[in-house]
Amino acid sequence: MFVSTRATKRAGWRLLLASTNLVAMAHFLLSRLVSLGLSLAVASAVIFCAIEVIPGDPAAFMLGLNAEPEAVAALRHELGLEGGLLERYLAWIGGMLTGDFGVSYTYRVPVTELVVARLWVSLPLTLYAMMISTAIAIPVGLWAAARRGRAGDVAVMGVTQLGIAVPNFWFAMLLVLAFAIGLGWFSAGGFPGWEAGLFAGIKALTLPALALALPQASILARVMRSSVLETLGQDYIRTARAKGLSERQTVLRHAFRNALIPVMTILGLQFSFLLAGAIIIENVFFLPGLGRLIFQGITQRDLIVVESVTMLLVLSVIVVTFAVDLAYALVDPRLRRRA
Amino acid sequence: MVPRQARCAKALRVTLLRVAGLHVDIHGRPILRGVHVEMPEGGVFGLVGESGSGKSMTALALMGLMPAGARATGTAEFDGQNLLTLDEQRLRSLRGNELGMIFQEPMTALNPLQTIGDQVAETLLIHGAVGRREARAVARETLNRVGLDASRFALERYPHELSGGQRQRVSIAMAIALRPRLLIADEPTTALDVTTQAGILELLRALVDSEGMGLLLITHDLAVVAEMAAHVAVMQEGRIVEAGPTEELFRTRSHAYTKTLFAASEYTRARTSREVRETVLRVQAATRDHRLPRNNLFSPPGRLRAVDQVSLEVRRGESVGLVGESVCGKSTLSRAILGLETLQGGAIEIGGSPVLAPRVPADLRRRMQVVFQDPFGSFNPRHRVCRLIAEPFHLTGRPEDAEVRIDQVLADVGLSSRDKHKYIHEFSGGQRQRIAIARALITRPDLIVLDEAVSALDVRVRAQVLDLLADLQETYGLSYLFISHDLSVVRAVTDRVLVMQAGRIVESGPTGEVFADPAHPYTKALIHAVPRIPDAWRA
Amino acid sequence: MKWPLSLCVGFLLFAFFAMAALLSFVWTPHDHAAMAIDARMQGPGPNHWLGTDHFGRDILSMVMVGARTSIAVAVIAVGIGILAGVPLGLLAAANRGGLVDEIVMRGNDLVFAFPSLVIAILITAVFGPSAVNAIIAIGIFNIPVFARVARGAALPLWTLDYVLAARVAGKGKLRISFEHVLTNIANILIVQGTIQFSLGVLAEAALSYVGLGAQPPTPSWGRMLADSQTMIALAPHMAIFPGLAIVFTVLGLNLVGDGLRDLLDPKLRRAR
Repeated sequence: MFVSTRATKRAGWRLLLASTNLVAMAHFLLSRLVSLGLSLAVASAVIFCAIEVIPGDPAAFMLGLNAEPEAVAALRHELGLEGGLLERYLAWIGGMLTGDFGVSYTYRVPVTELVVARLWVSLPLTLYAMMISTAIAIPVGLWAAARRGRAGDVAVMGVTQLGIAVPNFWFAMLLVLAFAIGLGWFSAGGFPGWEAGLFAGIKALTLPALALALPQASILARVMRSSVLETLGQDYIRTARAKGLSERQTVLRHAFRNALIPVMTILGLQFSFLLAGAIIIENVFFLPGLGRLIFQGITQRDLIVVESVTMLLVLSVIVVTFAVDLAYALVDPRLRRRA
Repeated sequence: MVPRQARCAKALRVTLLRVAGLHVDIHGRPILRGVHVEMPEGGVFGLVGESGSGKSMTALALMGLMPAGARATGTAEFDGQNLLTLDEQRLRSLRGNELGMIFQEPMTALNPLQTIGDQVAETLLIHGAVGRREARAVARETLNRVGLDASRFALERYPHELSGGQRQRVSIAMAIALRPRLLIADEPTTALDVTTQAGILELLRALVDSEGMGLLLITHDLAVVAEMAAHVAVMQEGRIVEAGPTEELFRTRSHAYTKTLFAASEYTRARTSREVRETVLRVQAATRDHRLPRNNLFSPPGRLRAVDQVSLEVRRGESVGLVGESVCGKSTLSRAILGLETLQGGAIEIGGSPVLAPRVPADLRRRMQVVFQDPFGSFNPRHRVCRLIAEPFHLTGRPEDAEVRIDQVLADVGLSSRDKHKYIHEFSGGQRQRIAIARALITRPDLIVLDEAVSALDVRVRAQVLDLLADLQETYGLSYLFISHDLSVVRAVTDRVLVMQAGRIVESGPTGEVFADPAHPYTKALIHAVPRIPDAWRA
Repeated sequence: MKWPLSLCVGFLLFAFFAMAALLSFVWTPHDHAAMAIDARMQGPGPNHWLGTDHFGRDILSMVMVGARTSIAVAVIAVGIGILAGVPLGLLAAANRGGLVDEIVMRGNDLVFAFPSLVIAILITAVFGPSAVNAIIAIGIFNIPVFARVARGAALPLWTLDYVLAARVAGKGKLRISFEHVLTNIANILIVQGTIQFSLGVLAEAALSYVGLGAQPPTPSWGRMLADSQTMIALAPHMAIFPGLAIVFTVLGLNLVGDGLRDLLDPKLRRAR
């Protein structure tokens, strides 16, 4: 029964690779890339303004009210704050492009070093949570839609309604209470590092990822459910039924792929929520991720760290949005034509 | 066209479908109240009725595809079994196999994410008729049969790359791929232009003849039935009121409802010839471009000339028809006349004063009003009728006798002054068009643009509204610019007619002359494509 | 009109916390800031219904005063979103494809790249943490949400004939936007407002949990949770009650949103 879906996929790839459509595809990619570049330029300018322009003199800000003028001047020199605004902005961008995020004022080490180590915790956590959320939500949403109005659907709707209302960091505490303190299956926090082995790392991230994923899965399952129901009301579903497809075949072959389109939009948005959530939830589990770094940066007025990490967060959100746009084109042939 | 004798011969064959005492109710509300249909094998059987008469529900009941909450009783005997009592699995093996169905709206009837080849092949695969490779071959062959040849319509094309008529052909291909014995077509050409409609009807007729399948053709259009069907059943409020061989039924019209239906569909009104009076609207060499979306980042955006060097005149008390198919530019032209779109070239004058969009003086706007097609979207649902009708007073300032004038226009369009405190959802489609006319009348305009104003109405209501418009014209000396795709209506109610194609006026002249003796090939094709009830069948 | 069940339940839930917040202005069981070291970390009992925290403060009183913070922050943030976002969205829809539309849509994309947490981080890094910063951060994030919803709902109306008829009656785009468009999208905006309200409560809790929101001594649910974290094994009630307050407030608002959607426009429910 998946024969046709496979055939469709093949046809999709054929079309993507067909030489006549390569031009259209290249234009599509190019226009997306241009808008990706623009978004990054504007976003970086906003962050630069917030951190380096609004406070007036960042060096004086970082050292506090009682700083000696000589110390401020020395820090200004160290941070390269002597040039004009545009010059400094371009230097900052240029540095980031070559992997140089500056030197942390408090830690006295290159920010790149700090960030890369932390990124290896936050990013896997976010992606792990996204996987769990998607793996739960899409089948559950589909299942509930197929049982619209029946007991199973009502139960799913009730549980997800509750799931949406639960703050993830509170849910994380409850998980710690139950599975770490109560049952002792997991440790209550900390991260052994990937050196300790893949399994140990994944195990340490499991409770945080669950805490992040379940509330988001509730939202996603509801979106999936209503998207499938919406699709089932379309004319082409009636056409498929008139061809002799069963309800189940209709859902799997015709409703599913069409229903995924709005779900993909939400998935793209969820990445940014999950990333923000990961930063918060690292506090519950004492994980050495970007969140801990950035909050330490704030308390210690280490603007360089705050600036770099924020830029990194925004960058990853923008890149994921870009990826979602490309995924749209893969799923929806109508978009490939439009540049 | 098939000789009529041939169709009569087919009528003598065995019965293909026998529906008896079909009742359907949805959540207890009766929709069908005892439908009886006896359809012979092969040939075309027409089922006609106005909207809401239950003709679509009859089709869905036969297919077992009724909406949730619907319950059907009675019998529908097909191939020795009662379709209404079959279990879902058995019904599924019939659908798409012995029973095919096509729907009204070709733009949404196909899955946008699947290629047309896959969608046609699916019919074959789902019934296990053939293997995958062979299914594609049969799909190809079926698409050829419906007039979509391999060179232009590869199996890998997606629905959005096809026009409405082409998509309807794909729908037909899906329905006939397994050569069903009965094909149900629910208003298959209603959403299409008249020339496209002719092509689809031609195709259906050819398929019926070559494959020997029966076609249950559901339509609101009596002329389509007259051209296509050997047998016809007339439906009203969930019942069949009259049925029989088409020609006989059309000639005798024994049932009262059938009589009024036919009278309304043959609407004519003698137009009193008037002396030549002053020009109300003058359009000179009007040109309007639309920007197209860019094809790629580096080429300049393309342009589409929607209105190309159009000139026309409307005199006081005159009705001028503007006919053309979709996207011929008639809507753009009407908006330009109303001062809603700017022109790139040419001029529009109302009573000698130029209309320069978007800044049109209020006094000029007052002299031209409009009635749109959609009786549902034409009114803000949150305002009462008195406020809706009074909206054009924005142009003149609210006069002291506003209430009197509102009562007056309501009376003019045949409504009572009590209606002004109601909301729009309390009115039927025909009443809403009356209210739209009242709104257009309240500023005492010289010209009313009727933009497909009666196209969404059922024939009987349409005849009443057309009568009302003619009465108002005589009373107030109004001029009408009657924009429509419906040639028979334009023929019945206008003094002069303009034919528009791809932004240009290709022919114009007195309505009677143009219709009797069209000069331009496009006009000829258009008039030829309109289905007609043979004159000899008229009473 | 008959209220849907979800609206009734949701309204009761939310009203309960709103009343508690109002009541806290005139009466709380104890002084919410009064510490009593000898009575710290007591479980729920007759004197302290929901127990006490690690400083011996009464949790019920703190939850009541915390409701004030949560609701105030969320309401003002929604207000910012509506006041700035809706006119932008209406304007964008009225000039589809024009400059305003382009700016609104691009700005929209841009703000969606900045989760409200990131905005709060930037503001706090420069101005220091406070409840006002939380309001601004959530409010800024709400602006494109309302702009996009208003634009999306308004666009199909602009193709309807009654808007054309209003233009034929000589009315300008601004006037049509308010007279014909806004009145017909108000339903959708009210429902979205409820959703953003509940998201605002959640966001406020998250921001004060990480120390970017309301500062001591102002009690807030998020801060109470942060305080309870190290004590969770010893005094789980410290974490459970503020958490439940958040869950039921948000649940109540979401149910109100769902119910309003059913009540105001049954078609919308299917569309979501």
